[in-house]
Amino acid sequence: MTAGLQQGPGCPVPQVDLERVQLGHGSGGTMSAALLERCFLPHLANDTLAPLGDAAVFQAPAAELAFSTDTFVVHPLEFPGGDIGCLAVHGTVNDLAMMGATPKYLSVGFVLEEGLEMALLERIVASLARAARECGVPIATGDTKVVERGRGDGLYLNTAGIGAMTPGFAPRATLARAGDTIIVSGPLGRHGMAIMAAREGLRFEAEIESDTAPLHALVAALHDAVGQAIHVMRDPTRGGVASALNEIAAAAGVGMVLEERAFPIPEPVEAACEMLGLDPLYVANEGVLVALIAADAAGQALEVMRAHPAGAEAVAIGRVVDDHPGLVVLETRIGGRRVVDMLPGDQLPRIC
Amino acid sequence: MRYLSEYRDPGVAEALIRRIRNRSSRPWVMMEVCGGQTHTIVKQGINALLEGAVEMIHGPGCPVCVTPLEQIDKALALAAMPGVIFTSFGDMLRVPGSTCDLQAVRARGGQVQVVYSPLDAVDLARQHPDTEVVFFAVGFETTAPANAMAVWRAKELGVGNFSVLVSHVTVPPAITAILDAPDNRVEAFLAAGHVCTVMGWTEYEPIAARYRVPIVVTGFEPVDILEGIHLAVCQLEEGRHEVENQYARSVRREGTVPARDLVARVFQLVDRNWRGIGLIPRSGLGLREEFADFDAEIRFHVGDITVDEPKECRAGEVLRGQLKPVDCPAFAGQCTPEHPLGAPMVSTEGACAAYYHYDRHRSAHLTGRS
Repeated sequence: MTAGLQQGPGCPVPQVDLERVQLGHGSGGTMSAALLERCFLPHLANDTLAPLGDAAVFQAPAAELAFSTDTFVVHPLEFPGGDIGCLAVHGTVNDLAMMGATPKYLSVGFVLEEGLEMALLERIVASLARAARECGVPIATGDTKVVERGRGDGLYLNTAGIGAMTPGFAPRATLARAGDTIIVSGPLGRHGMAIMAAREGLRFEAEIESDTAPLHALVAALHDAVGQAIHVMRDPTRGGVASALNEIAAAAGVGMVLEERAFPIPEPVEAACEMLGLDPLYVANEGVLVALIAADAAGQALEVMRAHPAGAEAVAIGRVVDDHPGLVVLETRIGGRRVVDMLPGDQLPRIC
Repeated sequence: MRYLSEYRDPGVAEALIRRIRNRSSRPWVMMEVCGGQTHTIVKQGINALLEGAVEMIHGPGCPVCVTPLEQIDKALALAAMPGVIFTSFGDMLRVPGSTCDLQAVRARGGQVQVVYSPLDAVDLARQHPDTEVVFFAVGFETTAPANAMAVWRAKELGVGNFSVLVSHVTVPPAITAILDAPDNRVEAFLAAGHVCTVMGWTEYEPIAARYRVPIVVTGFEPVDILEGIHLAVCQLEEGRHEVENQYARSVRREGTVPARDLVARVFQLVDRNWRGIGLIPRSGLGLREEFADFDAEIRFHVGDITVDEPKECRAGEVLRGQLKPVDCPAFAGQCTPEHPLGAPMVSTEGACAAYYHYDRHRSAHLTGRS
């Protein structure tokens, strides 16, 4: 069925195809309104969004606010463990949470490619809305544009978020101190390898699922327990744990020593990385945080994290040191030592 | 993980390190030929753990590193041609040619695709019958069988829009070239397990006998490499010079005969330039006459591209084991993974990049950060 004229006894009636996105859906006219009514609002409706004005209006949730934005271009749009919709919510919620902020409002911008299946779009919108509800963060404002077929990758998403800062709690890279314990909240490398496996059609014995998940509740529990002993938090997305720790080491002028034996790398991730010649330390995560915690509070921090569903497999992987400032050094399984460096670009699969 | 974790066992590794240290009466100079082994040695810090007992020199066995500049330039020319999809293993994408790399060609609109198998490139050609699909067939004897199979299958299926840019090299002539060099220091070799899985080790027996040099066929995990080093040290201490097989779970003396046969049917020995080393006679594989239709150099007339290598890059000395990467004046200054002067700084298996990424804590003055 395509847009066209329906021949009948009366006037020709414009017939709108609801199976695929068309340029008209971004026109601002009746097709845009219909898309909003049928596809977006049933899932996203909330009190802040309801007036559908040019901007959302709300009371400032705190004296000090955090504001973050992130754009999502993941392919495929749906992957084992999640999709671009929930990922876009988790990504921005987590960016706010890593700053110590409590996420309060999200915006979402859709760039749709002409020809995108409407059913797929609706699944993604529903997933995004579900993720926002589960996080307790309303979508306060949004926008949709449509680009010509061939000028997008199906769907791009942008989310921005506003969070409320808690007085006296502002973890940041420059607070890293020698003696801090480096903790990761869960298994590493799942998101990146799930995407790569889905994208390249690679099959492994056990399917790898993305770890995409919100972390703000875990951060809140951690803050309740150990407060300002949390010196630094990061969600190691692109570039993985290795890049996140290198950035912290460079910013704070401290060294780090990691223990390879302690890394929580799930076996399917390790196998997939082995096969492709990739290092799981550089693979993206979307539901894991790395925290630098003052040594005397590290035990309690681990206990609290493990009691929380988002941190059940939390482990300490290393410590901050005075030596070799700016460098992250790894103690290998067999007792050697090497530098864990930043990569200049993406990891590339090896020849042999 | 089975077949992996037991070869990374810390207790076994520590015991082997002790045995190597106890057995060495003096520091022996040993070369691992394969880039995969270089990667493990530097990544696991094995070189430091053996300091004083064994000096490891990193050989020319990284296929990315030894692919000559002129072949990279041919690849860049092919990838920039309209109507061509240029396919390659991932790690060739960042190797600098004389002007740029394949990633830059892609950014300018060239169609460059990473494939995991050359057979995927044949499938791509069948899916796009109106487009020419070229595969960059690089590597040692390890990748040769799959590449030979791709050409074989393309011929069998009549896939006329598939071709290969061949830059294959073979290990034994490189070992001989190193041993023939007047300033050679290498006293024993770890031969590459994957290469020998295909080819077996009969080619190495005359080399071991003629040059009186131990050669140990070795795997790639830390315990494999330490076992290989231990076997070689024992031979050196006892004055033996044999070919031994550490990697028995994968390698047989005659190799994998069907794979060898396929390689022999599609390829023939040719003279080949090695980046940083120069021409080694009969050290490469080229397509046989009956497969010339699949030769991208002939089909697209890029065979006459020649080029000189940059003078500042001393990759040749590094690849021959005469210069440690950290002793090169350009290391970590003029030459970094972001701006590599030569191929060993590009590939993660290249000796220079391996030192840059993994070993800088031992040479803090080079870090630029501390």
